[in-house]
This record gives sequence, C-alpha cells and structure tokens, in this order.
Amino acid sequence: MNTEKRIDPVAMRAEFPILAREVHGKTLAYLDNAASSQRPRAVIEALDEFYRAHYANIHRGVHTLSEEATAAYEEARDKVAAFINAPARCGVIFTRNTTEAINLVAYTWGRTHVGPGDRIVVTEMEHHSNLVPWQLLVREVGAELAYVSVTDEGCLDLESLDRLLQGPVKLVAFTHISNVLGTVNPAQAIIARAHAAGARVLVDAAQSVPHLPVDVEALNCDFLAFSGHKMCGPTGIGVLYGRPELLEEMPPFLSGGGMIKRVGRAEASWDGLPWKFEAGTPAIAQAVGLGAAVDYLSTVGLEPVWAHEQELVAYALERLAEMPGVHVIGSPTGRRSGVVAFTVESIHPHDLAQALDWEGIAIRAGFHCAQPLHERFGLQATARASFYLYNTREEVDRLVEGIQKAQGWLANGELREPGGELIP
Amino acid sequence: MENLYREHILDHYRHPRNRGTLEDADLSCEQDNQVCGDVVRLDIRLADGRVSDARFSGRGCVISMASASMLTEEILGKTVEELKALQDEDVFSMLGITLGPVRAKCGLLPLRVLQSGLACLEKT
Repeated sequence: MNTEKRIDPVAMRAEFPILAREVHGKTLAYLDNAASSQRPRAVIEALDEFYRAHYANIHRGVHTLSEEATAAYEEARDKVAAFINAPARCGVIFTRNTTEAINLVAYTWGRTHVGPGDRIVVTEMEHHSNLVPWQLLVREVGAELAYVSVTDEGCLDLESLDRLLQGPVKLVAFTHISNVLGTVNPAQAIIARAHAAGARVLVDAAQSVPHLPVDVEALNCDFLAFSGHKMCGPTGIGVLYGRPELLEEMPPFLSGGGMIKRVGRAEASWDGLPWKFEAGTPAIAQAVGLGAAVDYLSTVGLEPVWAHEQELVAYALERLAEMPGVHVIGSPTGRRSGVVAFTVESIHPHDLAQALDWEGIAIRAGFHCAQPLHERFGLQATARASFYLYNTREEVDRLVEGIQKAQGWLANGELREPGGELIP
Repeated sequence: MENLYREHILDHYRHPRNRGTLEDADLSCEQDNQVCGDVVRLDIRLADGRVSDARFSGRGCVISMASASMLTEEILGKTVEELKALQDEDVFSMLGITLGPVRAKCGLLPLRVLQSGLACLEKT
C-alpha cells in the first residue's frame, strides 16, 4: 500500500451519498462510525447490480444465475481472505456480524473444549458481544471467567494477564481496539503469551479491521471476528476467521440446508469448510457487498485511512482538552484509534447527543455496549465521537461548537439541586 | 428549534417537583435504563387508598427526570386502581411531545418504575 497517499476527506465525502443529506437543516456530520459506518456509492451500486442482474440462490441451481451468484459470493470470500491475509479461504466463515461469529466459537469450540474448572480470560474493556457469550458458556459448563484489568490510562494491565495465564486457561478473548477508549491493544504480544500458556485466542476485531491493516497470519490468532457494517459494507454480514484445523474438528453451529454432505433419516454428515458453518441461505448479496467494500477500502488504502483518523483524533483531543467541564475517558499510552469517549459536566450524554443532533451532528451516547468498562471508570454513561475516512477537521470544530452550545443551554447554575449539589 | 425540550419540560428538569425520598413509604421502587444507566426511584405514600405523597430520586437525562417530576404531580390523589390504569400514552401526553423509540425509553422509565412497584404491592 502507498503510505504517501493522503486522504482528501472532501473528495471522499462525495462518494458517500448519505453525507449529502441534511439533518435539522444542517449538513450531516456523522461521528458515530464505531457503531456503524456509512456506505460509498461503489458498495450501494454493487448491491443494486447484483440484485438487478445476477441474483439467485447459491450452491444449488445449475442455471446461469445460480452459477453467477455462487461465483460472486465465493469471490467475496476470496477478497475478504486476502484483506486479512488469511492463509486459506476455507478459514473465512460468513456470519451475520461479529456477535454471531463470537457465538459460533462459544457454542461449538467452547462447548467441546471448555469444562468444569477451566478458565476463560477476557478483559474489562470488552464489548458485551465478547462478554455475554462467555458468561453463558462458563455458567453452563462450570468454568470460570476472569478479567484482565484496565489501567487508569485505559490500557490493559499485562501483568494481570500474566497472573491469569498461570491457571487452567483454555481461551483468551480480547478486543483488538476498545470501542470506548480507542486503545489499540498489543495483540501480537497478548496472543504470544496466551499461546505460551497453552490457551487459544479469539480477537474481536470489529473496531480494527475497518481502520487499519490486520494480518491474521502475523497476529497468529486462532479466531478473529468482525462486521461488514462498520467497514463500509452492508448490514447482516460479518466474518469469523478461524484456523482451518480448529474449524475442521468443531461441530456445526447451526444446521439445516446448505451445510450438509448427506442426509439420512436418522443422521447427516457435514459439508467441508467453510460451508459447514453456513447453514441455510446465507446473506448472499450482503457478502457480495462486503466484497465491494473490501475493494473500496483496498483502493483507498487502510494506511491512509488510519493516518487520516490519527490526525482527526489528535485534533479532537486537543480541542476537547481546552474545553472547561469536558473530560475525555482514558489516555492510552500506546496507539489510540479514532474514538473519543467523553463526559460534559452536568449534561447527561443523552441530552448532549440530542443537542448535537439539532446541529446535524451524530454521536453516540450511553454505555456503548461496554457496561463493565464504564463501571471500572465509575461512569454512568458517556458520549462518544468516532471518526472514519470521510470525516473532516471542520466536523471536529462543529462538534466543539455544538458542545459549547449545549453547555450554554443546559449546564447553567439553575441545574443545581436545592442543596447545591449538581444534578448529574 | 429544540421542540423536544419544550419550556415546561426544561422547567421540570431545572426545578424538579417532589424530588427526594420518603421514609415509611407504602410503595418504593427503583429501576434503571439498561441503555444509558439512568436510575429512577419512586416513593409513594397512600392514605385512604389514594396517593397522599410521592417523591422521586435518581439521575438521568432531561427527558427521564422531567417525566419523573411530572409523574409525581400527576399521580397525587389517584387511587391504586387509577395508577394501574396509567398507559404509555398518558406519559406522552403529559410530556406533550412525540418521542422516537430510543428516547421513549427515557420518558417511560418513571412509569415502568411505578408499574413494577405496583406489581410488588400486589404480591405483598
């Protein structure tokens, strides 16, 4: 990839039709990319073209459309495999999203490899999708769930990981990038330590694959999960990458049509990888759309995307630091992605998000599906701005002005309780 | 612009009515909104089968706090049966605004607290 290439966000914006619309009479400033990104024309047109000209069910019909649709679906798998440098295409399983990919591992690998007294290690900064499946698993099989602690800066405490690894650890499941703090975790080091302790590793890459080059071979992870909708792709399509030798011995997750080799009256045998894990008619058009998104991001280049987001987040942190009453959550010592969670004194994040919406600015407010992390920092809820390739410095300025406006409107002296205590 | 936060809603937020707790309440209940962590607690005292005093406490956004404040005024003097009859629509007309599906959860949190309090009352 060309590292000299720079993103021109204004040119980039023109490729995303939705960014031309107005919200409450203002140009949309979409700063909720960690929740879901928008789609470029190339992806929308690929979906449209597929439905108009090539759509049929796959892997079944011998007619022309079915052949074309099957080829397009499987080509999308090849694109995704190349995008994350998967050594084999059969290790790329299409799922609905990251959550389903993690559940697939929890229900199949987890229920055959984790038993009473075993330990699964997660971290305090996980998204609920990488927590709840493991909570259910350990409760069901009598295992233990242990948490790597997060430092006040918002980094993983690797010493606590080492301590937890000195036990019957079967799996370490961690997020590559925190969806709240933006912390980029030292994935390679964590994976190496986990492997040395005899554990398997699952990486939640929902916040990393869309934003920076991810190489599953270099990471040496056993499983890696991400979603299409956060990387300019359609909703309803996600990916589980797994080491083929692990996937091979895992039982199916969902069963039915499409994933079988032979079905008798009493039993059935399974199709090979990756189809063993793709029961039923899959999200065919969405997979094709994800392939188009991969093409799009590959053309733009993930290194320029990352560099652009780095500039924006640095600028946003600088501007927010100047603002009285604004507190940014976490200041990771290493790399930080284009995600900033913050609170504004005496303004509830919902009210802030509402006030910003009136200015045409979309941010997220709440727990961001990371309640344990909020509890770790003693926070009720936070506001979060998250950037992508089409965001501009001007939008950061608008965010700052929007916060100032909300402060003028809501955070005045009248918001004190009779006793003088600020209403949080 | 901000028709979602009309003056009477902001007024209830800035000058909450019946904010506090009640000792020896006949009905106390607390609940949170899982999405944003807002917490609302209601304390209600009954006399002759009617609400004689109601207080709310907790923390949350303008919508949930104003809704709680308004609800404590709304339910004064009502019988338990009348409380049970309260519907989501009553809250929306009390607020006087239309809420989208996400913010509706904020607005309805105080009513949900009341409803689960009433359910507890029935069990005892």
